[in-house]
Amino acid sequence: MTDFASRIHTHKERHNLAWRLHLDTTLLTALMLLMALALGIVYSAGGDSTVNKQLARLAVGLGVMVVLAQIPPRILKLWSPAIYLAGIIMLLVVEFTGAIGKGAQRWIDLGFFRFQPSELLKLAVPMMLAWYFAEKPLPPTLKQIVVALLLIVIPVVLIAIQPDLGTSLLIFASGFFVLWLAGLQWKLVASSALLAAAAAPMLWFFYMRDYQKQRVLTFLDPEKDPLGSGYHIIQSKIAVGSGGLYGKGYMQGTQSQLEFIPERHTDFIFAVFGEEFGFLGAVLLMVLFAFIVWRGLYIASNAQDTYSRLLAGAITLTFSVYVIVNIGMVIGVLPVVGVPLPLVSYGGTSSVTLLAGFGLLMSLHTHRRLLSS
Amino acid sequence: MTYRVRMKDPVTEGGLFYRRALMAGAVVLILFLALILRLFYLQVLSYEEYVAKADRNRISTIPLAPTRGLIYDRNGVVLAENRTSFSLEVMLEKTRDVDALIDELSSVITISDDDRDRFAQERRQRRKGRAIPIRTRLSEKEVAQFSVNQHRFPAVSLRGQLIRHYPFGEQFVHAIGYVGRINDREWEKLDQANYAATSHIGKVGLERFYEPVLHGAVGYQEIETDVHDRLVRVLNRVAPIDGKDLHLHLDSELQFAALSMLGEQRGVIVAIDPNDGGVLALVSAPGFDPNPFVTGIDSLSYRALNESPDAPMFNRAINGVYPPGSTVKPHLALAGLMSGVTQPSRKVWDPGWYQLPGDERKYRDFNWHLGGHGWVDLHTSIIISCDTYFYDMANRMGIDQLHDYMQRFGFGQKTGLDVYEEASGLLPSSQWKRRSRKQAWYPGETLSVGIGQGYWNATSLQLVSSTAAIANGGTRYELQLVDALGVMEKRQDLSPQLAEHQLNTIPPEHLKLVRDAMKEVVHGARGTARKAFTGIDYLAAGKTGTAQVASYAQDAKYDATKVEERFRDNALFVGYAPYDKPKIAIIVLVENVMGGGGSNAAPLARRVIDAYLEKNGRD
Repeated sequence: MTDFASRIHTHKERHNLAWRLHLDTTLLTALMLLMALALGIVYSAGGDSTVNKQLARLAVGLGVMVVLAQIPPRILKLWSPAIYLAGIIMLLVVEFTGAIGKGAQRWIDLGFFRFQPSELLKLAVPMMLAWYFAEKPLPPTLKQIVVALLLIVIPVVLIAIQPDLGTSLLIFASGFFVLWLAGLQWKLVASSALLAAAAAPMLWFFYMRDYQKQRVLTFLDPEKDPLGSGYHIIQSKIAVGSGGLYGKGYMQGTQSQLEFIPERHTDFIFAVFGEEFGFLGAVLLMVLFAFIVWRGLYIASNAQDTYSRLLAGAITLTFSVYVIVNIGMVIGVLPVVGVPLPLVSYGGTSSVTLLAGFGLLMSLHTHRRLLSS
Repeated sequence: MTYRVRMKDPVTEGGLFYRRALMAGAVVLILFLALILRLFYLQVLSYEEYVAKADRNRISTIPLAPTRGLIYDRNGVVLAENRTSFSLEVMLEKTRDVDALIDELSSVITISDDDRDRFAQERRQRRKGRAIPIRTRLSEKEVAQFSVNQHRFPAVSLRGQLIRHYPFGEQFVHAIGYVGRINDREWEKLDQANYAATSHIGKVGLERFYEPVLHGAVGYQEIETDVHDRLVRVLNRVAPIDGKDLHLHLDSELQFAALSMLGEQRGVIVAIDPNDGGVLALVSAPGFDPNPFVTGIDSLSYRALNESPDAPMFNRAINGVYPPGSTVKPHLALAGLMSGVTQPSRKVWDPGWYQLPGDERKYRDFNWHLGGHGWVDLHTSIIISCDTYFYDMANRMGIDQLHDYMQRFGFGQKTGLDVYEEASGLLPSSQWKRRSRKQAWYPGETLSVGIGQGYWNATSLQLVSSTAAIANGGTRYELQLVDALGVMEKRQDLSPQLAEHQLNTIPPEHLKLVRDAMKEVVHGARGTARKAFTGIDYLAAGKTGTAQVASYAQDAKYDATKVEERFRDNALFVGYAPYDKPKIAIIVLVENVMGGGGSNAAPLARRVIDAYLEKNGRD
């Protein structure tokens, strides 16, 4: 099987320093390139202090990535249920304290660090599901699917009532991707899509808060309220559109530099990028994202066991959801949901979580038992 | 139906995963391509549209106000200037509760009840989108006090602008007028683009008449601002074209002399140059300080001015109409001579009254002497102001012929003074009476008109303008306050304009007779102005008048306790000097005095003429 043989690493690769550190050079290079671009654009959008803080966070994230990459997949697999359980418990704690203090509560204050349990669950949910399916014959049975859905829905609901629609959406996606990659039957995919369509009005009437409804309405017709909630979308579209083919130049974006784009260094940072680097820059950035996704899927396809395959695939596809939802929001094709542009938007926890995910990916890739040639 | 135990099959599962991963990758790729397609639409296809929107976000065009032209007297004394003044303005659009805002503001800056009052008033008549001043004329300390607290008041802005200032206040207000804030009604009619940065406009007088000249043309600058409307940089600038200065014929020294002559009395003094119609002094007393009107006057002060029995806001010189009385006897005499109704040699018996043939009624000679003046000729009747002679002459002339001659002197029409507010007065005719009163003209009414009374109402401007025509040999110039426009070094002189109705050629012997009689009024032993001009070392000519108050100024309100005083006669004097080479023609009118023009008006005229000739020479 030449196909199989081609997926085996060469002798030379094994002696590479990065390989010995359990890092995937290809993925690492793409991530470093992305983060370098990110720091540049964060500087343009937010200035010195913002870029310094982001640099520190990315450094922490890289540290976490390297550490996680050292942990062998079997250990990860072994700990998956415990991590998942711990995550759920912490979510409940947050929920409880949040009910005492008023308003949206999303984090646990550890004094030096505010820890968001929902971030942990972004990784814990796919780990748990991958663990659940690891030893079962696939495609899964209906009963297994129900159990898996339950494992997904519990944290998703707990996070949704915080309320953090963006994160619960991402977690749902990460769990669903495991199901999908495990071979969820087509008719079930179709019927769950129907179910989701039916649930949408229920969500609207019973779950969504006014500001969330407002976001959806605004997405449908941003011009209706140009100074209120439609402002974000209108201004970011103006920024991206006025960037043209080549962009206005680094630090030259009028929409960005004159602060017309709200949240310009966080969720709307792609608008700054699109304005300053234009269509060509935006396409190049998307090519870089696409490359990372390709590399993730490549790693997943080369994994040697079900757990690794499912986890690697889910992490990678979730990463692509970040990209699509964020850019779609900035250019006005999706409603405004609080999803950052992965590794580019300013903000600590999401960057660390994302890099941790890539750490898992690297561990899965570099701990494979090498077949003797 | 067989029950199969499912076993894990790494090969099929690997294949299944590979297919699913491939499919997911394909979906991601398609979605990425869809996003890129959308980006292409935004950034390439809709580029122009979004660039325009981005520019609209950041670029604003700010109009720049031109500097208003100054007003100078003939000596270069500034009568209207622009001073930097800081005011606090409230943008109503940026605040919900204006009263609360003002209360809070008053903890930082003193805001008096008058300020609040004026604010409320201006709020009622403001132009949309324009800020309204809550405090004007801030001191340097107040400017600093507000500046440190600016962040607390986003709806309040500190505005430094040039505002009109009249250094002499009430002394020139009736001569030059004043500016005030543009109100809604004015804004509707304005060239709004040109006034985009202008807050004030000429309301009255020269300021109003020469508004287009004084205002200039607006400029603008394109500025880049950030989302908080902070200035980032100036992109483009087109400078405004400043308004032109006005250079007046007016001599401020003469104006001061005239003002001090009138003192506390109500009245008018207008002096002109008989050779071109230029106005040398224009006083209507009492006056008022126009400066509070520029920034906005509080309603209490305004009411005090408006309801004062002395009517200080009423411009007696330009708007006031009075019976001319005997001051028009020289004019009437010329009409009699030119029409052939009378001759220099013709004498009339004055028993102290006049009777129309076949009428019992006796028309009294107001300059009554015991038993009348006896036989008087035209020359004498001017000097002694004999009414009987003029009754007789008017009766034989008839109202319509009288009207036509007096029209040629400019009565019943505006003198062409460069203001919009000038009154026309009333020069009656039989046609006028038929038209406006639907009545026939009675011969007895002609007699009253024949001595400058009755229906006849004249403005002081008409009196001085027609007297100047007698002085200069028959040419009537339109009266003109402004002599030249533009900056001092590049003045554009305005040439004198001839009035519409002219006297044409007056036979020299007629002119000589009338002028000589006017000289005798001043210098002769029987002259009615003799005492006033005692001891002068030049020759002057003039005519006194004492007019019964037929109607008081139109805006005036009667004060019951003063009614008696208000029914007293008006004292008048018209004249010119020097006699043979006139340089100044003058009207003095003093309202409601005891005694006539000889004792109340002529002395004032004499001092003003003295002052003028002292300065400008006698020949």
